[in-house]
Amino acid sequence: MTKKKKILKIRDLDISFKTDNGEVKAVRGVDLDLHEGETIAIVGESGSGKSVTTKAVMGILASNGVINKGSIEFTYTDLSKERIAEVTQKYDGVIPEGYAKEEEIKTVDITQQSKKFIQSEIRGRRIAMVFQDPMTSLDPTMTIGKQVMEAMLFHYKIPKKEAYARAVQLLELVGITDAEKRMKNYPHQLSGGMRQRIVIAIALSCDPEILICDEPTTALDVTIQAKILELIKDIQKKKNLSVIYITHDLGVVAKVADFVNVMYAGRIIEKGSVNEIFYGPRHPYTWGLLASLPDVDTAGDELYTIPGTPPNLLKEIKGDAFAPRNPFALKIDEKIAPPMFEITPTHHVASWLAAPNAPKVEMPQDLKARIEKNRKEANW
Amino acid sequence: MDKSTIKYILKRLLIAAATLFVIVFVLFMILKLMPGTPFNDEKLTEAQKAAIYAAYGLDKPELEQFYIYITNMLKGDFGISYAIQRNMSVAGLVAPRIGISFSLGIGATLIGTIIGILLGIAAALNRNTIWDSIATIFAVIGVSIPSFVFCLLLLIAFGVKWPVLPVLYNASDPIRSSIIPMVALSMGVIANVARFTRSEMIEVLGSEYIQLAEAKGISYKHLILHHAIRNCLIPMITVLGPIIVGLMTGSMVIEKICGIPGLGSLLVKAIEVRDYNVILAVSFLYSVMYIVVMLVIDILYGIIDPRIRLGKGDRS
Repeated sequence: MTKKKKILKIRDLDISFKTDNGEVKAVRGVDLDLHEGETIAIVGESGSGKSVTTKAVMGILASNGVINKGSIEFTYTDLSKERIAEVTQKYDGVIPEGYAKEEEIKTVDITQQSKKFIQSEIRGRRIAMVFQDPMTSLDPTMTIGKQVMEAMLFHYKIPKKEAYARAVQLLELVGITDAEKRMKNYPHQLSGGMRQRIVIAIALSCDPEILICDEPTTALDVTIQAKILELIKDIQKKKNLSVIYITHDLGVVAKVADFVNVMYAGRIIEKGSVNEIFYGPRHPYTWGLLASLPDVDTAGDELYTIPGTPPNLLKEIKGDAFAPRNPFALKIDEKIAPPMFEITPTHHVASWLAAPNAPKVEMPQDLKARIEKNRKEANW
Repeated sequence: MDKSTIKYILKRLLIAAATLFVIVFVLFMILKLMPGTPFNDEKLTEAQKAAIYAAYGLDKPELEQFYIYITNMLKGDFGISYAIQRNMSVAGLVAPRIGISFSLGIGATLIGTIIGILLGIAAALNRNTIWDSIATIFAVIGVSIPSFVFCLLLLIAFGVKWPVLPVLYNASDPIRSSIIPMVALSMGVIANVARFTRSEMIEVLGSEYIQLAEAKGISYKHLILHHAIRNCLIPMITVLGPIIVGLMTGSMVIEKICGIPGLGSLLVKAIEVRDYNVILAVSFLYSVMYIVVMLVIDILYGIIDPRIRLGKGDRS
């Protein structure tokens, strides 16, 4: 694997929300990397901070959200209007390798940029987002065409006719038949699957470099889920997109991701390639997540659940946030939060169990057997 | 308009006709039960009264009277006034007052909705700030204080203290005479509309489609103007209907205070003197207005909101 360009680099990101009950520490020191053309997944339960992290990247944190510290470095290609026109026409929106001159490649720290800059230069234009529920995420009173054209007209100031033609192309790209007719439709005239395709078309309308998919398939039927994931994968290949999936569905992760980041209570507690996470998980929380996946063989048995509940983020968390729910917790877990230990250059885990002098703890037997079986099936 | 829209409107009109018939019937019978008569002159002897009753056909059985009234009404004849302007046709009595009441009501609705919407949007956009609180306090005051109190305050202020506007309605200067009653009437509308707009706007702003639109990177102004306001105004139409009708019928007290020769003051007077035909005609007019406004609003709603565009929008 050749060294790919790093496109997004988040370091020590710390975000909190001021509420009437106090300060909610939603994200507590997150490091995240995304390379060009790569798909990463952020996995975690509700409230683990996965959505908040990506919202900070988009600059759409709720008004009571504050970035206390940390950086979000984004590297992008800044082309002039003429150069963009050339790229869109000649290369179908994909900037070919070596096309951009050195002075056209820029790196900014999103946390340091003005609202205006993020809105006009980054959000929707270079980093776009696919939302969770297609039934509610399209404006019910605006035609599909207008909604797809809106971002292009805004960011590239192209003539309406051109935007219209591009919108029709986009709809065809995301697999909508009768694209011309659909342009005049309103959201309620389309099915859920179609609406999610429209949402994807909107996200792609400005040829972004990063696509953030926030639970893109949770609200859809299983059969349509697979199709939508295929579609995103396809487009990713065509457009050389970098994709961030936010999900709690490990099935989706296994299907699409190159790298996985497991989040718990505002922190990434394990990260690694998809194989490392699925076949060699090291954090007890990741074990719990994997064990709670339904499996054909476990049919009839009770589904495993991780005991306890996530910590209250209003309170200061001392030591390892997962320790109270962790049957393997060590004494030190109650006092000091574990740092990231390196397992392999790509696989890191924040658990004292991974410390060199920690007692040897094996993952539960059931899970081990299951992983072994899956590994054989996948032939890894 | 396509077939199903026309069918829908026809259906609504039929229902409206039936409703009106029931209203007139009930009103007619209630009036007959009301104590007192239009001919309350103490100098009249029983025999004279009976003669007058016979002359106006009021001695016949109630159902027959109703039949005569309805058949005449269908011909456009609303009968004559018994007391207010004896023997003058009700139509002639009511007609010149319609315009006065309507322009008052429409003016108050316009002022009220425009200011109310602006206040509501301002409050929602500046949620939990001093502007929001001011708008909320204003709305509570507007809802809880009756419009005639405002009217009296305005009259004291601008009619007596600084006499810039006429205190009583002056037929030769209808515009300036209408300002105080119009503003007084619009207070309740402002309050209602502002409260509704605020809560609707807050809901819209929290919706996912606003998040998606925001994620497109469009400007805040564009977001509010093209996505938020439109979506918050659609449900607005439904509350406007009752408000409009309420203004037209609810202006009775204001008309009385300011001496406006409108429908409201006519109705009050007609009830005082038991002028049956006038009461019936004005009430009938109010009912017709109510039904027409509601129908127009339903049709308008369908035109503005694509989700319930009648007959169109086949889901596929």
